[in-house]
Amino acid sequence: MTQANTHTIQTLQIQSKTELLADMRTFVSEAARDFGFAESDVGKIELAIDEACTNIIKHAYRYNPDGIIEVRLSTQRDDALIKFIVEIFDSGLSFDSSHYTAPDMTEYFRKLRHGGLGIVLMRKLMDEVAFGPAVGGRNTIRLVKYLPASSA
Amino acid sequence: MSEFSVGVRQRDTVSIFELKGYLDAHTAPELEKTFQNHLNESRFNIVVNFSDLSYISSAGLGVLMQFIEDVRQNEGDIKLSNMSPRVYNVFDLLGFPMLYEIFDDEEEAVGKFLNKSDNPS
Repeated sequence: MTQANTHTIQTLQIQSKTELLADMRTFVSEAARDFGFAESDVGKIELAIDEACTNIIKHAYRYNPDGIIEVRLSTQRDDALIKFIVEIFDSGLSFDSSHYTAPDMTEYFRKLRHGGLGIVLMRKLMDEVAFGPAVGGRNTIRLVKYLPASSA
Repeated sequence: MSEFSVGVRQRDTVSIFELKGYLDAHTAPELEKTFQNHLNESRFNIVVNFSDLSYISSAGLGVLMQFIEDVRQNEGDIKLSNMSPRVYNVFDLLGFPMLYEIFDDEEEAVGKFLNKSDNPS
C-alpha cells in the first residue's frame, strides 16, 4: 500500500455518550457529501459509523462516559479505486473479531434474538470493514467506502 | 443531540405509534418505554407508523425484536407502515420483512388487525 496517496482530511474526538452520536453522524456525513458521495451512500456511511460508535460505547466502554472515541477520516487513491476511509479508535475493552461469526438471519428471526446487528449492518453498508489489533493500547476499526467512478 | 418522539393514537383496538425524528441508541429507550407501557396495559395490537422518522439504526430495530415474542404470544402483532425508502432499506438489509409485515400505508396495517377480529356470521 502506498501511503503517498493517503490524505487525512479530518479528525473528531467525542466522549463515549450516546447523546453525541448525532454529532458524529453530522461530522461524517458532511465529509462524505463533500467528498462527492450521492445521498444514498452518505446515508450508508453515516449509519455504519453510528453502529461502530454505538458498539464502542456499549461494549468497549460499557457506557462509561469518560471514554474517548476518535474518528479519523482520510482518502486514498489506490489504482482505480478512490477510497473514503474511516478509522475509529478507542481505549476500551478489545473486541476479538476472530471469535465473531455473523448471525444467520433466518435463524436469528426464528429464535427471536435481539442485539448484535451492528456488525452485520457495517459489513453490508461498507466495502471493507476490518478490526485491527490494539496498537498502543487503542482498538481500531477501519471502514472503507469506494467512491463510484461516475462521482469522481 | 438526537430529536425523537413517539406519539400514540388509538384506532379501535389498535394502537398506532407515530415515530418522529431520529431513532438511535440514544433515543431507542424512549420507544422501549412506550412498548413496555402498552404491554403492561395488555394492549398487543400495535402499528408503528414511520412516516415522520428520518433515521433508524439497529438500536431501533432491536426494540422491535425485544417485544415481538411477548406481543405474538398474546395474540397480537407489531405491524409496520409508511417507511421512507431510506428507513425501509435498513429493515430490508437485515431481512426484517421475513418476520414483520410492512405496509405502505397505516390504513392497510390497521385493516389487517380489524378484519382479523371481525367475526362475520
